[in-house]
Amino acid sequence: MDYAGVVFLEIIYMIAFLALTSAGLAVVFGMMRVINLAHGEFVMLGGYTTLTCYKAGINIYFAMLIVAPIVVGLFGLIVERLIIRFLYGRMIDTMLATWGLSLFLIGAVTMIFGSSAVNVPTPISGYELGSYQMGGYNLFIIFVAAAVMIGVWCVLRFTRVGLIARGAMQNADVASSLGYNPRTVYMITFTAGAALSGLAGGVLAPLTGLLPTSGGAYIAKAFITIVTGGAAVIAGTVSSSVIFGVISQVVSFASTPVIGEIAMLALAIVLLRLMPQGITGRFFKNST
Amino acid sequence: MITAWRSIGGVRWGWFIAFALVLLLLPLVYETHTPTVLLIWALFALSLGFMWGYAGILSFGHSAYFGLGAYVYAIAAVNIGESTLPLILAVFIPACVAAVIGAMMFYGRISDVYMGVMTLVVSLIMFKFMNATAGDQYAIGAARLGGFNGMPGFPTLNVPGAPHISLWGVPTYYVCAVSLLICYLLCRWILARSFGRVLLGIRENETRCELLGYNVPACKTAIFTISAAMAGLSGCFFANWAEIVTPSVFSLQTSSDVIIWSMVGGVGTLIGPILGAMALGMVKLLLGQQTLINNFLVFGFILIVVVLAMPRGVIPSIQYWWGNRSRRSRVPSNGGRARRRLTVKPAERS
Repeated sequence: MDYAGVVFLEIIYMIAFLALTSAGLAVVFGMMRVINLAHGEFVMLGGYTTLTCYKAGINIYFAMLIVAPIVVGLFGLIVERLIIRFLYGRMIDTMLATWGLSLFLIGAVTMIFGSSAVNVPTPISGYELGSYQMGGYNLFIIFVAAAVMIGVWCVLRFTRVGLIARGAMQNADVASSLGYNPRTVYMITFTAGAALSGLAGGVLAPLTGLLPTSGGAYIAKAFITIVTGGAAVIAGTVSSSVIFGVISQVVSFASTPVIGEIAMLALAIVLLRLMPQGITGRFFKNST
Repeated sequence: MITAWRSIGGVRWGWFIAFALVLLLLPLVYETHTPTVLLIWALFALSLGFMWGYAGILSFGHSAYFGLGAYVYAIAAVNIGESTLPLILAVFIPACVAAVIGAMMFYGRISDVYMGVMTLVVSLIMFKFMNATAGDQYAIGAARLGGFNGMPGFPTLNVPGAPHISLWGVPTYYVCAVSLLICYLLCRWILARSFGRVLLGIRENETRCELLGYNVPACKTAIFTISAAMAGLSGCFFANWAEIVTPSVFSLQTSSDVIIWSMVGGVGTLIGPILGAMALGMVKLLLGQQTLINNFLVFGFILIVVVLAMPRGVIPSIQYWWGNRSRRSRVPSNGGRARRRLTVKPAERS
């Protein structure tokens, strides 16, 4: 019974992990049809921001929940102004430029922080579930992921900003003829996406440890999650996070974590072959 | 014989022979260890650049076929003990894998971005799998896969039919150089066939090609397979050069390197990826010798700048600039010819 509880919590944690790391990429891809291959490095930057703040003596929750999103969001704004805005409508070029950016950031962080792994201490201690020792911090991540998903959904659904964003997403020409400059909408969207990535990086930093190359671990999973999810930001991310989280953890418990990860990637290929428009291209069509 | 040579359209024989002579005479004046790996990378970049530039298919995980070539060669060489059959297998097996994956993608009519994800995921699966194969239970025949540490100590290339005469140093260099030249001519030959024309048509407008009655998915699968076979060959040579195969041949860095080389050299030409791989490969080796500047930083910066400022790449930009210059000087005397040349797209004039 305890074991079932452990498996259940691990599955929920995996779903939360996928949803949290994909949220920033999903906002940018869903709204702008721009694939940001430097997304993993944005997450990594969030982690390093948290680390730097923590070392400077700032409260760790303040660092990961407030400072990391702001710093990475501002960085995203700079990137959008310097690189992305010249490449709208050129999807492959955007992917290549952001890939270049990702390499550039790996190099820069390696030169600044060194290439060895560093850790941020976990602020929440573990607890016992029957005879199993569980990480209490996992629950915090599940909570943050749920809050982010609900928060983004509410913003898109109920606020004027969200309405404009959804309008620009559906038809940029109409939005622009109604007086909303799509370029400004894109700029804000990209900044928001970067901020969400920074938040994910900050929150996950105590759990995963930090390496300059750790962005690579996020980008592949985030990439398949949002692409399999399809165009709808929230419904797509949540549905594919659930599918991949369940498959990956169930297979991991049945064999090894590596096989679990491979099963997840293989499933992504099959799903894309069956549903080239993603899950929300076929189901939940009118969702956000 | 003459018609056979003529049928390889678009080769500028003067340049080709000059390039070949430089390659073949280089061992007389320089050591061959570094030039060999540059040739191998050039072959790898040619395999990607050919597919990307002429059929418009960009694989974000071409390291899958490069690495597969390297591993297939190593596994087969350990089991068989000589190199001829392993070499053939190292071309054949990546081609078969690519045919299956390509058919799955292209018959499924998957768009560009989704295709990028799929190719990337395939290379990631192989990378993760190979990293996890430490231990005795992961062995194919006599070959232990070795996980993260890779597979050392397999027999390197030997003279076909004479397993005791192994090739190393200068002969390996010549094998790589001649293979590169042959693959270049093969690409040119394919492009001169009607199949090559269809590929260009697919690159320009897939729907129109399909409506004209060509079997687009079959053509794309074929070019993907050919490209993977070439990547497998370069992987096999790389295994021989390094004398060890590690999972890093499947890594994201290998994929990104080859994309950067092709992109910087010039997509839409064949010589662009070759020269790009050689020049940037050299830069990579030089940067590897120092610790002051991280080479990711340099290559990332190069890629961003090229995408923003020179999206066609260096070689086509030079050709375009050169063509403009000579055209301007010809306009007064030969206006008709100049106008005709204007209609030729710069990308095709390689």
